[in-house]
Amino acid sequence: MSTALSACPLPSAVASEPRVEPAPFVRVDPSSGLQRLDLVVEGVHCAACIRRIERALGKLDWVREARVNLTTRRLAVAFEGDPARAGEIVATVDALGYRAVPFDPSRLEGADAAAEKELLLCLAVAGFAAGNIMLLAVSVWSGHVTGMGEATRTFLHWFQALIALPTVAFAGRPFFRSALAALRAGRTNMDVPISLAVVLAPLVSLVETIRGGEHAYFDSAVTLLFFLLIGRYLDRRARGAARAAAARLLALRAQAVSRIEADGTIRAVRPESLEVGQEILVATGERVGVDGTVLDGRGELDTSLVTGETVPQPVEPGARVFAGTLNLGPPLRVRVAAVGEGTLLAEIVRLMEAAEQRRSRFVALADRVARLYAPFVHTLAALTLLGWLLAGAGWHAAIMSAIAVLIITCPCALGLAVPAVQVIAAGRLMKGGTLVKSATALERFARVDTVVFDKTGTLTTGQMALQAIEGGGAEDLAAAATLARTSRHPLARALAAAAGPGPSAAGVEEVAGCGLRWQGPEGVWRLGRRGFAAEVEDDGAPGAELWFSRPGRPPVRYRFADPLRADAAEVVAALQARGLAVELLSGDRSATVAEVAGRLGIEDWRAHLSPAEKVARLEALASEGRKVLMVGDGLNDAPALAAASVSLSPASAVDVSQTTADAVFQGQKLAPVLEVLEVARRAERLVRQNIAMSIAYNLCAVPLAVLGYVTPLVAAIAMSSSSLLVVGNALRLQLGARRAEQPLPVARTARAVGANA
Amino acid sequence: MSGLLYLIPIALFLGLLGLAAFVWALRSGQFEDLDGAAQRILLDDDEPQGPRNPEGRASDGGC
Repeated sequence: MSTALSACPLPSAVASEPRVEPAPFVRVDPSSGLQRLDLVVEGVHCAACIRRIERALGKLDWVREARVNLTTRRLAVAFEGDPARAGEIVATVDALGYRAVPFDPSRLEGADAAAEKELLLCLAVAGFAAGNIMLLAVSVWSGHVTGMGEATRTFLHWFQALIALPTVAFAGRPFFRSALAALRAGRTNMDVPISLAVVLAPLVSLVETIRGGEHAYFDSAVTLLFFLLIGRYLDRRARGAARAAAARLLALRAQAVSRIEADGTIRAVRPESLEVGQEILVATGERVGVDGTVLDGRGELDTSLVTGETVPQPVEPGARVFAGTLNLGPPLRVRVAAVGEGTLLAEIVRLMEAAEQRRSRFVALADRVARLYAPFVHTLAALTLLGWLLAGAGWHAAIMSAIAVLIITCPCALGLAVPAVQVIAAGRLMKGGTLVKSATALERFARVDTVVFDKTGTLTTGQMALQAIEGGGAEDLAAAATLARTSRHPLARALAAAAGPGPSAAGVEEVAGCGLRWQGPEGVWRLGRRGFAAEVEDDGAPGAELWFSRPGRPPVRYRFADPLRADAAEVVAALQARGLAVELLSGDRSATVAEVAGRLGIEDWRAHLSPAEKVARLEALASEGRKVLMVGDGLNDAPALAAASVSLSPASAVDVSQTTADAVFQGQKLAPVLEVLEVARRAERLVRQNIAMSIAYNLCAVPLAVLGYVTPLVAAIAMSSSSLLVVGNALRLQLGARRAEQPLPVARTARAVGANA
Repeated sequence: MSGLLYLIPIALFLGLLGLAAFVWALRSGQFEDLDGAAQRILLDDDEPQGPRNPEGRASDGGC
């Protein structure tokens, strides 16, 4: 029975956010005429979850097909009739306690999935061919010893040719394409020598077979392809998984905006479907979805994700607001002022693109090796040909030796050296919640010598917490909390959280933009901003605050701050202990930034920076030859993320920053920054070892080939064993992970810091 | 040795059959959800449906 299936908890109902209307995401399948809808589903863990969702949808008699994909956490539904029924599908899934968000599969997937499938197909064909050819090749090799007749040998060679030639033509395409692209651009990469060997070996073998010769290299060519395709496929899949996970995180956050229709009704629509002049409603605690002007409503906005400023900004009718800011006060009515190119987001994206273009192009280590390696082996092969001809050998012997050089130097292990390590490193990071999206990111992480942090939301949690109480005690806090518990305002929530669980007062009145008022037995209690709750002079102190007043008592001031992430100080200290320079670039005010920098021991800090100024600072660092890792989350950090040599962003970051960043880390801690750097460094070391090993291997085999001693058997042994060696070395990264389960460096430095303090 | 003349083609044909089966599996989307496939084997297909289990949830017990 399914009762024992899993310990997966029943998903809890999710917060009541405005949902995106699914109808615009419905597509008509031209072949069957059915409506298709794709949803990202949060909270699916096990077989029972799959069944619960599929059954519930199966009960709707107009649903033809509902299938949950547990790997990608997606749900594909095909149904008949009106596209508007999509709303019912989402409601059905929501009612089960899962959160379903519609998405556009063409936007989320792109060319990645197709390329992965092609590689898998090539891999299968090469695998089939390699097995069968090896069967025949081993017979030929044994025949050399046992005295196989020429007729039988040629017969077996023909069979090998029959399998190998179509296989190379089919399964070699990914390499041929890449090699051609590189040659056209006037460059060379690892795929050039690979393609050359893979094409030349079967062609020469074919000629040999026709002549009834002794040696054929069909097996070398196909086995080589097979090994290399394994590496390529795993590499592509690891990156695809990381990208898909990152895309899912974003899709789940997709938010609707509440459009006010002409007749006053409110509809949840996608922000992209809005037009200039339309009006939207922004509820308390909701993010503003557009750039616009406030028509109605007075309150405060949390602009930290956009500007980096932690202190809420007051807004009033006529004020300009930007997409991404959070409404802390009462509901606002906003008129859309800009869409598409005119928005702040579009401006940031332009800044980002410019920064990206100015950044020098990173050349992967494997390609840099290839630039030296390819001309070297090609010259060597030509010299072998010339040498044998000059030594008086015939054309045939000379060409065979030259080809043997090309085959034996074909960078099989070299081609595996990098992907084998990267797959394991990326998999290890993914387990820890860090998604590495870019192919060369690990190499760039390994070279980092400067780490630049953003403050709000990166070093800090981005959420307010009670920091100090002035003029009151525990009893005041408990009393204030009875009022605060009735409100959704972030400061009230932070106050309630600090006070812990307790009662709430009945009949509390929320005064828009001012605070809370409660008619108690001995008079009016007020909790709110200065001037509303207490008649006191503004002393200009920075930070967010609440005042609490009761009749006959002095007012109490509660000060709030954006607290540091729990391990921020340890991580910064650990980075500095490793000799990395740490800088802080923030859009927030000087006083706040100085305080945070002081507590973390960061000497280089700059405050009040615009996005362009952040980019300028990063470019200045780059021009000094520094390799900068930028860690940031806000809209204002996005151009800086693009300008840095490598970038990292928390999963709470705005969409554009997450998309730009080379890697995304999840969770409340900053420790992944350290882990990424650590894993990247070890991966880099292993990659270098691998490259050195495979080159050394080739260096040993080359003299044999030049002298004409390399037979297909020797080539096969050399190639397979060097590939195994490289993969085995890469696996050490995994072994190390098990040995050091606890992130040692952090713990060690934490103790050191504690001792110094 | 003449046995090779038909044994090798037979061996190749069987191998090709396997390859064709893989290509079919790939084309029909069986490699798109490997985690899901591992879990779905635990589901009972023949469980009575409908009236005895109206919520579709009662039998999910532990989950």
